[in-house]
Amino acid sequence: MTADSYEDVATGKNDTIPPLEVQPQDLYHAKSFWTRWIFCQDAKVIGVQYAITAVSIGLVAMVLSWLMRIQLAFPELVPFLGPAEYYQFVTMHGMIMVIYLLTALFLGGFGNYLIPLMVGARDMVFPYVNMVSFWVYFLAVLVLVASFFVPGGPTGAGWTLYPPQAITSGTPGGDGLGIVLMLISLSIFVVGFTMGGLNYVITILQARTRGMTLMRMPLTVWGIFTATVLALFAFPALIVSCIMMTLDSLLGTSFFMPAIVEFGEQSDYSGGSPILFQHLFWFFGHPEVYIVALPAFGIVSDLISVHARKNIFGYRMMVWAIVIIGALSFIVWAHHMYVSGMNPWFGFFFATTTLIIAVPTALKVYNWVITLWKGNIRLTIPMLFALAFIVTFVNGGITGLFLGNVIVDVPLSDTYFVVAHFHMVMGIAPVLVVFGAIYHWFPLITGRYLHEGMGKFHFWVTFLGSYLIYFPMHYLGFVGVPRRYYEMYESPFITSSTVSLNQFITIAALVVGLTQLLFLYNIITSAKLGKKAKKNPWEACSLEWQTADVPPTHGNFGKELPVVYRWAYDFSVPGAKEDYIPQNVSPSEVPGAEAEKT
Amino acid sequence: MKKKENIFQILAQKPWDPSQAKIDDMHEGGTINLSKGKLGLRFIMFVSTIFFCLFIVTYSDRMIYPDWQRMPEPWLLWINTIILFFSSFVFINAQIASKNNKFEKVKNRLLLIGFLALAFLIGQLLVWQQLITNGYYVSANPSNAYFYVFTALHGIHLLGGLVYWNITIKKVWSPNDIEIYKVKYTVELCAIYWHFLLAVWLVLFGLMIFS
Amino acid sequence: MVISIVVVLVLVAIGVFVAAKYPQRAVSAALALVIIGSVAFHFWTPWWWTEIASNWGGMDDTIILTFWVTGTVFCAVCLFMSYCVWKFRYRKDQKAAYEPENSKLEWGLTIFTTIGVCALLAPGLIVWDKYVDVPEEAMDIEVMGQQWYWNFRLPGEDGVLGLTDSRNINDDNPFGINLDDPNGLDDILIEGDDLHILNNQSVKVNLRSIDVLHDFYIPQFRAKMDMVPGMITYYWFTPIRTGEFEILCAEYCGTSHYAMRGWVSVDEEADYKEWLSEQTTFEEMMASIGKSDLIQLALNFKGEN
Repeated sequence: MTADSYEDVATGKNDTIPPLEVQPQDLYHAKSFWTRWIFCQDAKVIGVQYAITAVSIGLVAMVLSWLMRIQLAFPELVPFLGPAEYYQFVTMHGMIMVIYLLTALFLGGFGNYLIPLMVGARDMVFPYVNMVSFWVYFLAVLVLVASFFVPGGPTGAGWTLYPPQAITSGTPGGDGLGIVLMLISLSIFVVGFTMGGLNYVITILQARTRGMTLMRMPLTVWGIFTATVLALFAFPALIVSCIMMTLDSLLGTSFFMPAIVEFGEQSDYSGGSPILFQHLFWFFGHPEVYIVALPAFGIVSDLISVHARKNIFGYRMMVWAIVIIGALSFIVWAHHMYVSGMNPWFGFFFATTTLIIAVPTALKVYNWVITLWKGNIRLTIPMLFALAFIVTFVNGGITGLFLGNVIVDVPLSDTYFVVAHFHMVMGIAPVLVVFGAIYHWFPLITGRYLHEGMGKFHFWVTFLGSYLIYFPMHYLGFVGVPRRYYEMYESPFITSSTVSLNQFITIAALVVGLTQLLFLYNIITSAKLGKKAKKNPWEACSLEWQTADVPPTHGNFGKELPVVYRWAYDFSVPGAKEDYIPQNVSPSEVPGAEAEKT
Repeated sequence: MKKKENIFQILAQKPWDPSQAKIDDMHEGGTINLSKGKLGLRFIMFVSTIFFCLFIVTYSDRMIYPDWQRMPEPWLLWINTIILFFSSFVFINAQIASKNNKFEKVKNRLLLIGFLALAFLIGQLLVWQQLITNGYYVSANPSNAYFYVFTALHGIHLLGGLVYWNITIKKVWSPNDIEIYKVKYTVELCAIYWHFLLAVWLVLFGLMIFS
Repeated sequence: MVISIVVVLVLVAIGVFVAAKYPQRAVSAALALVIIGSVAFHFWTPWWWTEIASNWGGMDDTIILTFWVTGTVFCAVCLFMSYCVWKFRYRKDQKAAYEPENSKLEWGLTIFTTIGVCALLAPGLIVWDKYVDVPEEAMDIEVMGQQWYWNFRLPGEDGVLGLTDSRNINDDNPFGINLDDPNGLDDILIEGDDLHILNNQSVKVNLRSIDVLHDFYIPQFRAKMDMVPGMITYYWFTPIRTGEFEILCAEYCGTSHYAMRGWVSVDEEADYKEWLSEQTTFEEMMASIGKSDLIQLALNFKGEN
């Protein structure tokens, strides 16, 4: 049914709108194995490539964390692990997890796969650049891994890479190639992510299908979109600090290096400021944590609404909150520097902005929970992970309020309280969303369900286990146990009960860690042997479930792009027969709709 | 059918509202009235601007300290600046020629621009060589460090521009096979980027002269 | 240890059995148990802060206030969620409510949250204001950190610490004191040994590092601040009880960061005076290595100019 003109549609003569005469995207067509699977320009393939690379390097970081925990709790089991190795593991674990796993997975993995599908596009707007961006990321990972094999080993400066220690001889990798390779790897990563980020942002802004306004996009897209904008503005600060530190290390400049006496020897440096590095790093670093968190916020909103069969409560406020959180994230960075020796008057300003940013974040939490109220909740595995996210995120966000209040940060800074806080809010909560998202979209990507029994086991052990790891850890921080300590060795201050708690945490960590291997096994076997899923098995509304084929093929939607007639959350619409109406269903096609919704 | 809406109006819409839905159904799918190439270029320029601004901010903060020693001004830098001006002028010429479908002219202009860019880069390297032989090492003084950093980063951006210049040249090369629309588009994007690099250079150069 | 593991396993087994029969309710119960367990842990935890030994009880009070405000929100939100999971479990013949938004409720919650945030911020900033305002009567001391031990310098009889420069540091002058500064002559130097301070006497801790970042932290005193090479940072506190307190470096400073420990002893007047009399001044130290004439030369040079 086609309209003669838009005026016909506007006056209601018929209400289906012809699909957009879209400039056929210059969809390249792969001709060989190499261009089909390796140098592929299809965003879905690139998304999977990002995901596999990110998870692989993430597994390395997870094993490093096991070794660190064993050293802390049962040092006699790891005699080969000296302080230098320990600090190298601390650094690589942190850097890999934050940047090479979480950022790459959320933006590169989920972004690439879901954005074109959810906005109704055939692919990203610059497919060639998109393909190059993955290989640049891959190169960055290779350079990072190479730093393990250079003389002196990888850098052990902590993921925050503070100078002067990062480039002096008292730190592992400091006076060798270790730190330089890390800095180069980060710079390469930033270049790659600028290329990718361009794609995500411009595809969302310009390549949506007919009828898909910005406010009809699912919150997943809003989360990834805002995160990408943040990345484009924040990553330059990281690459600037990397360039300056590389010059300090290799060419003896003094951007960050004051005059120091290294083990009795006067240095040639003078006049630099270590605090300048901290400002640059955290100007990047704080938006970075929101780059990880905002996609998680968006995804969890969609998981909750689909599995509770209810529209996300307060969609407008949710979008506003995402945008405001993104904007505010640029004026809170120095809350990481309260005890850095910076001008103490900055403490007043940054404490205020930090606590202000808590307000839109709290709003989002309220809206998630109110979405559940009077819902029709299916306790599927994605829903379980979403619920666990709320518990862990509220917990982690609240401990952030402790630390954001400048005077409370004074006793707690650099203790295990901080470690527990950031693991809970960045390690556990977004990763629970990643797991939920994988269970949710697995039927789309492979056409099969993940095994449910293994999934439930994975969920309970991961959720309860992680909570048991990090909740008590906050109390170690109250005791005053500092972070980045290779060993605690008993002193009047660090009692035997502290050591016992450490041991408990380590055992929990190992159990949770091993369970992830079960999850991997589930993914690998279910991809081929899992129970087959029908199209749109969760009965969701958004466009990615409306592809012509499952799994979606090149071009995503077959011959005609979908036309969008409604927002992404028409669940349980009064008067409609089904409890969901997909976005591309026009009002006249809705079964059982006697009257339009009131 | 597309009204110009600002971001606040967009975010205030109620997408579930049936009257809003009727308006939204007409939406063509784009938010900004720019081609994707132009929008992409703007993003790149924006990211680059933030990148250079961060250096400039730290530079301004550092130069007020007593141990700052100004660098000498090699006259070659002025020559290089003139080369950049000339490049932009030639590019404007090329843009006009491409508008008038005179593609032979466009080809020649582009070749000249490529040559000028190489001349500029070589000129910058010569300046470096001059300064190093006169003892102005990068580690000697923060003002030296910033000079080398500014010139190096600007040069790297120009090298990146040359990659795109190469794509542009390829599109204009074979006279029988030209896709006119694509050539005009690419030439324009390349030109804007070149003007952007000129602006960046003027700011950096000006900063170093007047500090 | 074995008994507790067995008990836990039995409980888990019971839990799994019940969960299999009533899955939806079990999830709700599990969520509620997590919250209740967290609250219980908080009130019964053996791991809590060490007994405070300084005037910064305000920090502890702000923490308690934060626990009450945020803890209430945490419990309320998560228990409400648990309730929703219980009450609104999936029924095929039912539909969820359709409520895109409720502006009033959302604005109400915003205002409520803002008030809560202000309730945390205001007291916190008041205490912070005290932290950055050093009182007049605070005695200056210096802590000089280096990889990987602590050094201290007291101002001596004249009550003024001498000027230093890291370029002056060598084997003879490990503190880098300016030879031409007369105030530095009577400075008391403590290299790698315990620091003693006087009970109930407020102290301004001037912090200096000569190589990398460190942080002078004693948990019982609560206060801390990074030491940054190239600048002097500070904080102040007043000890309120005697005792021996361990120093823990609280900013990663290299391979032996965890071993950068030391001791601060808070003494009453008599013990403090006794300890003080045993310490050497800069002048005495230079004399003991026969370098007194260097000082004289520097002072003369300065006098001439």
